[in-house]
Amino acid sequence: MNKTVNQKAWFFVLPVFLLVAFNALIPLMTVVNFSVQETFGDNVFFWAGVRWFEEVLHSERFHAALVRQLLFTGIILLIEIPLGLAIALSMPRKGPWVSVCLVLMALPLLIPWNVVGAMWNIFALPDIGLLGRSINALGIEYNYTRQIFSAWFTMVLMDVWHWTSLVVLLCYAGLVSIPDAYYQAAKVDGARPWAVFRYIQLPKLKYVLTIAILLRFMDSFMIYTEAVVLTGGGPGNATTFLSIDLQKIALGQFDLGPAGAMSIIYFLIILFLSWLFYTLMMKDEAR
Amino acid sequence: MAKITLQDIRHAYGPDPQREEDWALKKLSLELSDGGAYALLGPSGCGKTTLLNLISGLLAPTEGRILFDSTDVTEATPEQRNIAQVFQFPVIYDTMSVFGNLAFPLRNRGVAEKDVDARVREIAKMLELDHMLAKRASGLTADGKQKISLGRGLVRSDVNVIMFDEPLTVIDPHLKWVLRSKLKELHHRIRRTMIYVTHDQTEALTFAEKVVVMKDGQIVQIGTPIELFERPRHTFVGHFIGSPGMNVLPCVVKGGEVVFAGNPVPAANAGAYKGNGKVLELGVRPEFVSLGSDGIPVDIVKVADAGRYRIVETRHKDHSIKLLVAEGVELPAQKAHVRFDAAHTQIYEDGWMVS
Amino acid sequence: MSLELKNVTKRVGVDVYIHETSLRLEEGSFNILLGTTLAGKTTLMQLMAGLDRPSSGEVWFAGRNVTGVPVQKRNVSMVYQQFINYPNFSVYENIASPLRVAGMAQQEIDERVQKAADLLRLTPMLKRRPNELSGGQQQRTAIARALVKDFDLILLDEPLANLDYKLREELRDELPKLFAGRKCIVVYATTEPSEALLFGGNTATLFEGRVTQFGPTSGIYRRPRDLTSARVFSDPPINTARIAKKGDRITLENSVTWHVPKAAGVPDGDYTIGIRPHHITPVSQGRDASVIEGRVLVTELSGSESVIHFDMNGQTWVSQSHGIHPFEVGSTARLYVDVDQSFFFDGDNRLIGQDNRI
Repeated sequence: MNKTVNQKAWFFVLPVFLLVAFNALIPLMTVVNFSVQETFGDNVFFWAGVRWFEEVLHSERFHAALVRQLLFTGIILLIEIPLGLAIALSMPRKGPWVSVCLVLMALPLLIPWNVVGAMWNIFALPDIGLLGRSINALGIEYNYTRQIFSAWFTMVLMDVWHWTSLVVLLCYAGLVSIPDAYYQAAKVDGARPWAVFRYIQLPKLKYVLTIAILLRFMDSFMIYTEAVVLTGGGPGNATTFLSIDLQKIALGQFDLGPAGAMSIIYFLIILFLSWLFYTLMMKDEAR
Repeated sequence: MAKITLQDIRHAYGPDPQREEDWALKKLSLELSDGGAYALLGPSGCGKTTLLNLISGLLAPTEGRILFDSTDVTEATPEQRNIAQVFQFPVIYDTMSVFGNLAFPLRNRGVAEKDVDARVREIAKMLELDHMLAKRASGLTADGKQKISLGRGLVRSDVNVIMFDEPLTVIDPHLKWVLRSKLKELHHRIRRTMIYVTHDQTEALTFAEKVVVMKDGQIVQIGTPIELFERPRHTFVGHFIGSPGMNVLPCVVKGGEVVFAGNPVPAANAGAYKGNGKVLELGVRPEFVSLGSDGIPVDIVKVADAGRYRIVETRHKDHSIKLLVAEGVELPAQKAHVRFDAAHTQIYEDGWMVS
Repeated sequence: MSLELKNVTKRVGVDVYIHETSLRLEEGSFNILLGTTLAGKTTLMQLMAGLDRPSSGEVWFAGRNVTGVPVQKRNVSMVYQQFINYPNFSVYENIASPLRVAGMAQQEIDERVQKAADLLRLTPMLKRRPNELSGGQQQRTAIARALVKDFDLILLDEPLANLDYKLREELRDELPKLFAGRKCIVVYATTEPSEALLFGGNTATLFEGRVTQFGPTSGIYRRPRDLTSARVFSDPPINTARIAKKGDRITLENSVTWHVPKAAGVPDGDYTIGIRPHHITPVSQGRDASVIEGRVLVTELSGSESVIHFDMNGQTWVSQSHGIHPFEVGSTARLYVDVDQSFFFDGDNRLIGQDNRI
């Protein structure tokens, strides 16, 4: 629809514009500002050009954090998307159990992130935590504060517990919206359950799955709160993901220049990968 | 290929039907012979889609038996019954090509790829889809998609019956003609039983050899289009079929003669009346009412031009009588006389034709 | 009071939705936009309503330029193909809503709603919610809302398309009566030629974003300006063929020759002939009838008429006639053409010749 002569609408947009300016544009500009300057305190800045960017891109510490981040996101996507889809497929479509299932599924999403971290921190403690003790009781040595594998295992398990529900709810909404006629036609055509899934449900869920993957990708790529509360990035640097590393550089060491450059690189990676996911999944729609 | 028999079928959607209204489909029996073209016609909520789904096996009847030839299929799935169905909105498999869509029912049944190819090409040719077999099905127009839905029913050589559930709803009027005559042509060519559900009388009458007219979960009349047109068994059929519908006017019978508002009117079945109905009406279609120099005096109230004919609405006392006048025929300004064609004027008691 | 589109166009990106169009709709008139899906009917209505702004050109209403004036500031009502009502309001409140917005006194609202409900036979349902009504009643509610206030412009976008056949017939009968004697301009979009004919009024035929002709409905049906308008306004499709005319005879491509004394004044040459299906019948209509023979492809017999699709030199032609004529598929049908009722179109597909029709 076209613009009208009425300009009143701008006043309604103004508050949002200001809000976005304060919480996004201004901080972003500050970060850009830091990333190209050098400072030794006292608010004195020197022009540094792209030096910080070069430094970050060549730093092994950054590479290691990036690899850890990609690995973590890859693992949880590989688990959460198929698992969420499977749960959504097995949920009832009609009847009294629908609302029970939906409430159960929504529960983990309602818990604040730091509480999730704290819950799992205690739950997985090898001496008093239910999970930690049970695993050790099975004769498997488990200690997430000391062993790298245990730490990763706990981290992945926590994320799956926390976020698979989101995928389930999205997929379920998508499944419910498929008209009955499709299932009836498939019955008439003699399609087996696998064919129904492959040729009806999966294609019809394409948009929903794209959204679910994008959301989970972006969120897990920026995981911070739960990880800090659970492991604090340890043992050693084993679970120091990009966001945790960034926080250490920026606020731990107060290296504002490299931290600014890293933030921008971090942001561009997310933007690029999101764009890549989206284009790949929507490739066929262009025609 | 099979004869389809419905024996004392009843269906309710609720779990515990008590009252008469609980039954979506009231008790009925029906026989559909092999290779026929049938239409189930009625207004929305008349039970025609329920009946269709019972035959296809998408629903199981609450009571009664369904036979294909002599096999009881009451509990059989649509797949076991070997039926095909075309739905109101085109159902296509988005990710497949046109070829893949047409081949789907065959591949699901494990038909050899060589036979699949031959069969799909044959059907595609029949439906004029052969030049777009490699295209993605999701890119087609609504009528193309509906042809694919139909094609998936036609590829299987073992199909007992092909069902159509208001298949032309989403098709533009000028394409409806094309698709409808295509269907008719296909039926003529392959002689497989087809059942067509619709609320549109034109579609039903032009497609079917026999039309089943339904109302409130019951069958009102089964007949050829000509029978339904010339001798509707119930005033509902007279009203529902024909555009505009039959004129239904109150009347009395005195000494074997039908009288409408003081005017004697000859009727085909006047002699059969035994004098026990509560409500007595006469029915005559607008096609069988003509203008004349004498007859029932009327005022012309409204003339609507339908192109090849005009629909003339007239009034006699409080009663409205409609008639059709051909293109080019002169109409009187206001006062006129109408006569009813005796062979096509029937009397009805309590809605049902006197016989 | 009139609505005027002056050289209006609508483009979206590189696509032209409406080519340059000028139309003048008069007070109290019933106007039909006839065309297939995507012909531009809805876009044209949105331009008229002010829901959309033309890419170029102007919209004038009652002598005032209203281009770009949004719909809220105009006195316009719309009825859509989908039954659009406020789901949480009763039928009464649904009908009353435009009056409430206008801040009318309760007593007057009562009177007006009552009157509109009476006209549309909704009085017993006033307390119900829309989802407790049948489709026909829901659409009646939407129409009542368009009638309750004295709107200047009422736009109806295929309002009967989602209704059952018989309900459609009923409402089609009622609609013109409802608008009779009102000052408003009514615009009604439809894909069905028969619907346009039954309504009468004025018709604009649309094809691919162009208004091909505008004028009194039966005038356009009986004298389409060009082949496109004739095609848009024909159901079943009009039969066409290339012909060569010489003197009082015309010759078709398959060398069939017909005698056309009434078209003798038309200059000799090549034309396209257009014959409506009901002017080809199995029964001879006169002494000097023109004959055509063709292989029967499909015969459709409804109770009162026969539609015969037959092959005419590689094209499918259609004959529509009164009575039952059961031709066997594959047989050769001998049919009679009422050539006096046919149209001749020149090389640019424009109608030519004397007014040889009613």
